[in-house]
Amino acid sequence: MSPSQRFLDLLERHGFNFFTGVPCSLFEGVTRILDREPRYGYISAVREDSALGLAAGAYLGGRRPVVLMQNSGLGVSVNALLSLHQIYDIPVLLVVSWRGRDGLDAPEHLLMGKVMQPFLELLNIPYALFDPATLERDIESLTRRMHETMKPVAVLVGKGMLEA
Amino acid sequence: VTRADAVALVAAGRPAGALTIACNGMIARELYQHIDSPAQFYMIGAMGLAASIGLGLAIVQPRRPVVVFDGDGNVLMNLGVLASVAASGAPNFFHVVFDNAAHGSTGNQKTVSDRVPLERVAHAAGYRRVQRVGGHAALDAALATFFAADGPAMLLVEVEKGNQPGIGRIEVAPQQLTARLRGVLADT
Repeated sequence: MSPSQRFLDLLERHGFNFFTGVPCSLFEGVTRILDREPRYGYISAVREDSALGLAAGAYLGGRRPVVLMQNSGLGVSVNALLSLHQIYDIPVLLVVSWRGRDGLDAPEHLLMGKVMQPFLELLNIPYALFDPATLERDIESLTRRMHETMKPVAVLVGKGMLEA
Repeated sequence: VTRADAVALVAAGRPAGALTIACNGMIARELYQHIDSPAQFYMIGAMGLAASIGLGLAIVQPRRPVVVFDGDGNVLMNLGVLASVAASGAPNFFHVVFDNAAHGSTGNQKTVSDRVPLERVAHAAGYRRVQRVGGHAALDAALATFFAADGPAMLLVEVEKGNQPGIGRIEVAPQQLTARLRGVLADT
């Protein structure tokens, strides 16, 4: 089984049942499955903040949403995260790729990559770095935190984790 | 027709069991002041996202009509979602746009919807039905049929500029709005 399928299975085991987002090559394996398998009902959103709106609507309708995005999309999403999800108590799991990590990437990713951790801390979004060795425990703990706080949490996906 | 009157007319014309998402600004406040219900979700921020929220809700609650009360400024802010709505083909998605060609909540600064007809943008995107109306009688007539056939559908209502003086804010806390709408759906 591919790492991407294992990841999706893990999310489903934690009750996540609504998937939307905007793709990134770093989690290409995940979106390949989501695009192929109708049972996930994956919605390819036009923008990351619109994906967050779709996720909020799904949550209002009783689902447990996941939003996938590149970290550039996190910039687009600030208003939705603060003025929608956080003030309305709308939980969501964000799967965010970490382009520009360690300063090794194309120029457009370097600045966002550099500020990722302080940026998430500033937005009050708890996060874990995707690491196969601790993934199960991290998703478990993030999901629990999400339910306790009723607010967004994030898992950051670096290179080489979910491309297949 | 004033926006507040148009909001009240559309509110009265909604089908039984409808869920409503109202965009931020005066439109949500006018709806709330006119009539409140746990099946109504008012946005106070995150401008531009009402249609996205409504679409997410419509997709996961296919047996409920979902009515989005939107404004021209709000639609223009996230125009791309019209493509998502059309692509979804959600038959229970009803988009009502109160269009005064202005950002009414911030002082009636111009938008571009006087030159870019939003119902034609929605039609080009692939909404199943679109309709533009102006005036009380035309709105009444449109409401007699608008919710009776499948969406995604857009009803664009031309409204006058201007706000009700002293109109109140939404007094229900945001977290409470979330909880009560989820409660409506959990009970059914």
